[in-house]
Amino acid sequence: MSAPERFLERLTLRRTDDPSWVAARRQAGAARFEAMGFPTRRDEAWKYTDVRRIAEGDFALATDAGFDAARFEAQRLDIDAYRLVLVDGVFSEALSELEGLPDGVQVEPLSRALSANHEAVGGALGRLAGVDFSPFTALNTAFADEGVVVRLAPGAVVDKPIYVLLLSRANGQAVMSHPRVLIEAGARSEATVIEHYSGEAEAANFTNVVTEVLLDRGAIVDHYKLQEAALTDLHVASIHVDQSRDSRFNSYNLNLGGALVRTDLVTDLNGEGAEAAYNGLFFVQGRQHVDNHTLVNHNSPRTFSNENYKGVLDDRSHGVFNGKVFVKKDAQQIEAYQNNANLLLSDRAEIDTKPELVIYADDVKCSHGATTGQLDEDAVYALRSRGIDEPMARALLTLAFVGEVMDKVRLNVIAERVERAVAGRLPERFNLADLVETAEAVQEA
Amino acid sequence: MLEVKDLHVTVEDKAILNGLNLTINAGEVHAIMGPNGAGKSTLSAVIAGKDGYEVTQGTILFEGQDIFEMEIEERARAGLLLGFQYPIEIPGVKNIYLLKAALNAQRAARGEGEIPAPEFMKLVREKSAEMKMDPSFLQRAVNEGFSGGEKKRNEILQMLVLQPKLAMLDEIDSGLDIDAMKVVASGVNSLRSADRAILLVTHYQRLLNHIEPDRVHVLVDGRIVKSGDKELALELEARGYDWVLEESAA
Amino acid sequence: MASEEMEQLVRREYKQGFVTDIESDTVPPGLDESTIAFISQKKGEPQWMLEWRLEAYHQWLKMTPPSWAHLEYPPIDYQAISYFSAPKKPEDRPQSLDEVDPKLLETYEKLGIPLHERAALAGVAVDAVFDSVSVTTTFKEKLHEAGVIFCSISEAIREYPELVRQYLGTVVPQADNYFAALNSAVFTDGSFVYVPEGVKCPMELSTYFRINAANTGQFERTLIVCDKQAQVSYLEGCTAPMRDENQLHAAVVELVALEDAYIKYSTVQNWYPGDEDGKGGIYNFVTKRGDCRGDRSRISWTQVETGSAITWKYPSCMLRGKESIGEFYSVAVTNGRQQADTGTKMIHIGEGTRSTIVAKGIAAGRSDQSYRGLVKIGPRAKGARNYTQCDSLLIGDQCGAHTFPYQEIGNSTATVEHEATTSKIADDQLFYCRARGIDEEDAVSMIVNGFCKDVFQELPMEFAVEAEALLNVTLEGSVG
Repeated sequence: MSAPERFLERLTLRRTDDPSWVAARRQAGAARFEAMGFPTRRDEAWKYTDVRRIAEGDFALATDAGFDAARFEAQRLDIDAYRLVLVDGVFSEALSELEGLPDGVQVEPLSRALSANHEAVGGALGRLAGVDFSPFTALNTAFADEGVVVRLAPGAVVDKPIYVLLLSRANGQAVMSHPRVLIEAGARSEATVIEHYSGEAEAANFTNVVTEVLLDRGAIVDHYKLQEAALTDLHVASIHVDQSRDSRFNSYNLNLGGALVRTDLVTDLNGEGAEAAYNGLFFVQGRQHVDNHTLVNHNSPRTFSNENYKGVLDDRSHGVFNGKVFVKKDAQQIEAYQNNANLLLSDRAEIDTKPELVIYADDVKCSHGATTGQLDEDAVYALRSRGIDEPMARALLTLAFVGEVMDKVRLNVIAERVERAVAGRLPERFNLADLVETAEAVQEA
Repeated sequence: MLEVKDLHVTVEDKAILNGLNLTINAGEVHAIMGPNGAGKSTLSAVIAGKDGYEVTQGTILFEGQDIFEMEIEERARAGLLLGFQYPIEIPGVKNIYLLKAALNAQRAARGEGEIPAPEFMKLVREKSAEMKMDPSFLQRAVNEGFSGGEKKRNEILQMLVLQPKLAMLDEIDSGLDIDAMKVVASGVNSLRSADRAILLVTHYQRLLNHIEPDRVHVLVDGRIVKSGDKELALELEARGYDWVLEESAA
Repeated sequence: MASEEMEQLVRREYKQGFVTDIESDTVPPGLDESTIAFISQKKGEPQWMLEWRLEAYHQWLKMTPPSWAHLEYPPIDYQAISYFSAPKKPEDRPQSLDEVDPKLLETYEKLGIPLHERAALAGVAVDAVFDSVSVTTTFKEKLHEAGVIFCSISEAIREYPELVRQYLGTVVPQADNYFAALNSAVFTDGSFVYVPEGVKCPMELSTYFRINAANTGQFERTLIVCDKQAQVSYLEGCTAPMRDENQLHAAVVELVALEDAYIKYSTVQNWYPGDEDGKGGIYNFVTKRGDCRGDRSRISWTQVETGSAITWKYPSCMLRGKESIGEFYSVAVTNGRQQADTGTKMIHIGEGTRSTIVAKGIAAGRSDQSYRGLVKIGPRAKGARNYTQCDSLLIGDQCGAHTFPYQEIGNSTATVEHEATTSKIADDQLFYCRARGIDEEDAVSMIVNGFCKDVFQELPMEFAVEAEALLNVTLEGSVG
């Protein structure tokens, strides 16, 4: 049996109370996945990422959402938010908190939306993430029966972040989940949505998530993807964004966890004045592998994008950055900036980076840069001249390198958490975590 | 406190200092003046351990210890601190990080524990108020986007927090307007004490109206050719450097 | 006056008597082992060379044409190509410049091509080569004195088989890529240069080559070896548009630099780009690679690419030797329907290796061009450094400019920097120039030349002047 067949076999084990249109979509997804098979390194989009660990794995489907309460408390973000929790892809009513949603704001698990044969779900789901995008979106389409649907009525402004926590458990049998997130932001609506991946330390599951975000005129969505899963977890994600006129999408893709993490982020700027900002950070160590593929399609004149991805790589970790800016013919007066900077802390770490520009209009201001290197020696000297020893100076500067992305993060809870995590990963005796705390305390005072 | 003996320094094979002698005692404020290119900045850079300067001859003792045996950070922890003429910008490293890390490094070198957070916060707030710096500066990256005056004030703030035994200030007055100069000068003056020394390196006399030196030295061609009290500075201001050059040549 | 001079040349040429005994030796279209055997035999090659060619051919059979480049062209029928044809008979060529397309002559005029070369370039039966026989001989003597070997690759295979055998295919192996494999099987000529230890080649290998370049054919093979501490500057090509009957060009150039050697390889490529709809232009699929084999060796590629309908070309450097240096300076200009996918690879293997890439792309008309580059830092390349600057300028809204830089970095002490910008000529720059009384076309050419300055200054002096003129000619009619 081929790997795709082995995966699809699990489909027959699912409960089958889908409405007929959902069933048809699953079939299409399954057929497409089977036809494409798992990607190999001969595919340009997967040149630096080997997914055999996924293809050769044996993943069951979880059937319950039990999770240790104390551990849950320890891992969740300490944030006042509307919270929806999935455990190994299964919705946990007990851990979720969705009360008090303002008028015009709908947040519910996908299963509920699907079984209600929700017209909105039917209309929007899969519109951006087609089964042809990658074998993994096809696979997700075949399996997805849980996830989150967020719908904002025109003008609705959500007072608190919408916090989606996806937890991965360490069981004897590895499991896979195929969550689907759908965010439909009506005209001039505003929301912050957090996808937070975390879980038990030894979890070795496969998460294959697809997120679709539709922004109507003037809508503003801040989207966080905070990846803090176990260093044994496998994770493939694609985020598809469609932006109408004057909308703004801010992406924060923060990657600390996972054994293999691949994220595709695709934005279509379809209306004049639409603006996308991509902020990315990955800090990897051990044998972690993280691959970020981003694409901004400037389909409409006067659209803007600004991308800044930073990577810090230690030990034998492997980082991949592929950022592409596409400017369609006649899409004039475009501004697109892209930057990727990486810091290698170890001789055995590797980074492969490819910032691409594909441009078919002439009235554009596009630039990109990629740098990989070491810390600024003049800065190291300046710190040493104040009595700070060299390793600490380097640790501080590494933290600073990360800080340039973190400064853009609007949710302090997340910025602080990531800075602390980074500080904690640098040599312990420097107690950078303490420095960070002091700085926070001074800030608050 | 500081004893420089027969110091010869070359930069990229070019001799800059040619047998410089200088002794500074605790409690004293010294000013080194001289025309451009005389080697003024080289002296402070060598004392602070900056790269690219080759000491071909001579010694520098700080409290009896040969500083060439000490790493840069060891010198700083021992109390030798240089205020830079052109302070570097360090994107992303908050001032507060730098101050706390530097202070704790100094304390650790003295065998003291880390400064308790509340005490530290009180200290930095006090000192930044003294330098007329808004506390928000502490959260900003070191010197990033600072004006020339702000950078210089930040250098003095670091001195006030780290309380060096010998503070060397390299052209600390350059690029300052009169108000900023007063703030900087009062910061420096607050450092004056019986157990501390200050070394000012400056091209102009005007700084010395605000920080009164005990000794003034004229550095020409890598050597101190004339020393005197603060009157010498005034004379230099009035007559320029040429007469000193002629005098030393004679 | 010009035609009078030409007449004289024509007469002189005939006096010399242009005779050749290979006129009938044209093989019918198609490629199989017998074609290769024929070529090899015709060239009087030793057995090992034939075997080497056949080996390449068998590899090629198993390969498929690359499809990753940002190019579009109909599939090439490799069986429809004639792999060995004698030069055209004099009577089939234009008999004087009067028979040559006046547009072409106008271009020569603009480029300042010396008169005696114009006829040769236009394919007039006057082979100006004859005019330069004496020049050539002088060159040869001077080179011989210095111990430099400079001859056709065919001659080298016969006269210096050991040298050729030692280096041929060691930089670009037979099966390196589809076009290189094809070239290895069927190459007909090209140049061979060997500069012995400690010798600085006494002249730029340029003028000589320009005159002789006309008939090197579509599968050109060049091998340049610089021994320890040796230096050479090699100029390939010509600023004049070259008439050529062959649509497919698949050249291979191999450079070997031993310890402390320095090879500077400059190219001006201006093959026929085709008509306004892109019909009939040359497909230029070139494999160029330099091997910095020795410590502190240095290879520098400079190219000005303005011709061909399709350009597929990535002059590369393998930086094996410690502290070896690789450089790539490129200006690519496309207009009309031209397509260019060009760039470089810098493979850092040795410690302390350094590379610099400066690529300037100018796209006008309905052309499409891509910069494609790879900077790879191997795990042993401690302290390796790369700086890449690649800028695109778009003229008009029907063209495309793309940048695909790959960086693969496996050493923490490496520093790799890449910067790229894409922009159009700023209206205010144009306005400024025009407000000073400069007309728009001149203003554009001024700005474009400024844009390319970093590359032009790497070109040998007289080449740089020609390159600027060439740029203006290529961009003519793109504004307005």
